[in-house]
Amino acid sequence: MADSGEDREVSSTLIERAIPEKRELTTKHRTSDVAFRTILNIMSYSSLLILAAIGGFLAFRGFGAFKDNGLGFITHAEWSSSIAENGKEVNGFGLGAMVVGTLIISTIALFIGVPISVLTALFLTFYAPERLKKILVTVVDLMASFPSILYGLWGFIVLAPMATYWAKLVFKYLHWIPFLNVPGPAFERSPFLAGIVLSIMIIPIVTSVSREIFGQTPLERMQAAYALGATRWGMIRAVVLPFGASGVVGGAMLGLGRALGETVAVYSVLNIVFKINLHVLYGFGGNIASMIVQKFGEASFIEKKALLAAGFVLFIMTLIVNLAANTIVQRAVKSGK
Amino acid sequence: MSITTVAPRKPWKATKKDLIPVFGALALAVLLDYAVVALTPMKGKLAYALLFFIFGAGLQMALKWRNLGRRAAIDSLAASIAITGAVLAFVPVLSLLETAIVRGFKGLYPGFFFHDMSVANYQSPLNQGGVIQAIVGTLYLIVLATLISLPLSILTALYLTEIRGRAAGFIQFLVQAMSGIPSVVAGIFIYSALLLTTSLRGSTIMAALALAILMIPTVTRTAQEVLLLVPSDLREAGVALGATQWKTVVTIVVPAARNGLITAVILGVARITGETAPLLFTLGVSNKINLNPFSGGQSALPYYVWSGLSDGTELGIDRAWSGILVLLMLVLTLFVIARVFGTRKVKTK
Repeated sequence: MADSGEDREVSSTLIERAIPEKRELTTKHRTSDVAFRTILNIMSYSSLLILAAIGGFLAFRGFGAFKDNGLGFITHAEWSSSIAENGKEVNGFGLGAMVVGTLIISTIALFIGVPISVLTALFLTFYAPERLKKILVTVVDLMASFPSILYGLWGFIVLAPMATYWAKLVFKYLHWIPFLNVPGPAFERSPFLAGIVLSIMIIPIVTSVSREIFGQTPLERMQAAYALGATRWGMIRAVVLPFGASGVVGGAMLGLGRALGETVAVYSVLNIVFKINLHVLYGFGGNIASMIVQKFGEASFIEKKALLAAGFVLFIMTLIVNLAANTIVQRAVKSGK
Repeated sequence: MSITTVAPRKPWKATKKDLIPVFGALALAVLLDYAVVALTPMKGKLAYALLFFIFGAGLQMALKWRNLGRRAAIDSLAASIAITGAVLAFVPVLSLLETAIVRGFKGLYPGFFFHDMSVANYQSPLNQGGVIQAIVGTLYLIVLATLISLPLSILTALYLTEIRGRAAGFIQFLVQAMSGIPSVVAGIFIYSALLLTTSLRGSTIMAALALAILMIPTVTRTAQEVLLLVPSDLREAGVALGATQWKTVVTIVVPAARNGLITAVILGVARITGETAPLLFTLGVSNKINLNPFSGGQSALPYYVWSGLSDGTELGIDRAWSGILVLLMLVLTLFVIARVFGTRKVKTK
């Protein structure tokens, strides 16, 4: 375009209008963006706030129980709150029996649930026909969304009689193993039953984590195994299992996290008694979560605070297990990518 | 000129002829199973199941061994074990659903959905009283918990996907930590923070707060996954057209991920609908419809089931089953809706 002085004089106003003002080039964020980013930055800390509040409040309320009982709060196995003759409350709180109970029940749950989950994951990944696989994967997801009280009710009504029968069978043939022995013929509502119910409840999570990991097995390694003449099982043993092992461990720990904190289902099926019971087939036991529910209704103010302290112990236990689990799973997933 | 296509051959696929001995062996296993149970003192479903596994797996193994050798036999045994494991995992689901439907159906009558429990107690005949107050309570809880948790979780998810600031790794860690909180802990936390030393009593809003704690991690993690699926081309296009980040997120990223975000919320709702433990500490009690979420006790479906179960009588447990059937239908509906929305997580158009 010709750019003579004459033209400029004539249409200077037009040109002025046509060329926008020179904009300032800047890497600074606009005000709206600054506000947006600030809000997101602040809101993202809400989870920290909530976690801190949970830990803080439970520890604060339970502080009395920790102070009065010291380490005995976790190791002693006596929970009593009574009113003495002078009208004063006499308290002794020790969570020992329930800590042991929680560990026993969760161990049984893992012992039964993890092998079944791993086999299911293997079946879904390598054996099931495509159409069946789709349906079953949906069913596993569905299982995860069942309310825990459904498992409790079902365990109480349907599973309990069967589990009692199984417990008797196990006792009949394996009573020489110390922890499978019982002091008396009481097989109902045992930690064994609670463990089975929990094992069913953790199957969905362990299965879906394992399946995800197995599904990420590098194809070329699998094909290499086949090319070297491996059978399907040979391939799984040589390639899939070593590759997926850490993921399965992580999944099992996520399951453990679920099992540790389960309340309603355990409460429904277990005969909660405040004594250490190492005989898994014998008819009483407990776990921290269900014990809180059981004692809360009639608890005095001080006992309630002790129960909140018990909640704090449970919170810390599950927090550690879950974080460890997530770290392991994440590492396993990353190594697959 | 006609084109003749040759059907691809799949030599690794079993032909009908190959399958005959497989099913033959299974049939033989069934026969042996019955015979042995009839002839020996072993009895019951357990014996049938165990023997069927032994005979079935054994015969398949023998078959493979004869035709293909030892390694094939081991392979077949592994397959049998994997199938058995899957059966063991899925049998409880069938049993759960079957029991809930059969036993729950007994207590259902049309009035069950329209009456409340102020006209009946748990020992009343099954044609009195119902769950309307529990349904209303559960809906209240769902709406309130969603209102509380939605802003927090979506904004956290946006932080993790859009800003990816220095703290992103740490926040991710915290969200994971939150997803492991046992439901009972959420309940007693609200109790200890708001109810223990104050004059407040259990109400809908208290329970909704406890449930929101459980809902946040689920919604955050799903929303984050969905937002990550939005192609970064879209974001770059938005910015290239001169939009600020705020405009890009609101007008491009979030609408593109809309269906997935809805799925995230529904999954969160499904997560909390059946929760019972937090309600025991925070909900209070009500046997009538209570429309005020801020005062007075409330009812909820899981709580109804819980009360029936703790009642312990036969009628109470029948009521619990009917309650759980209604609850299960609600959860299943949510699940199906989430699936429908979830099949297309991100709109590409």
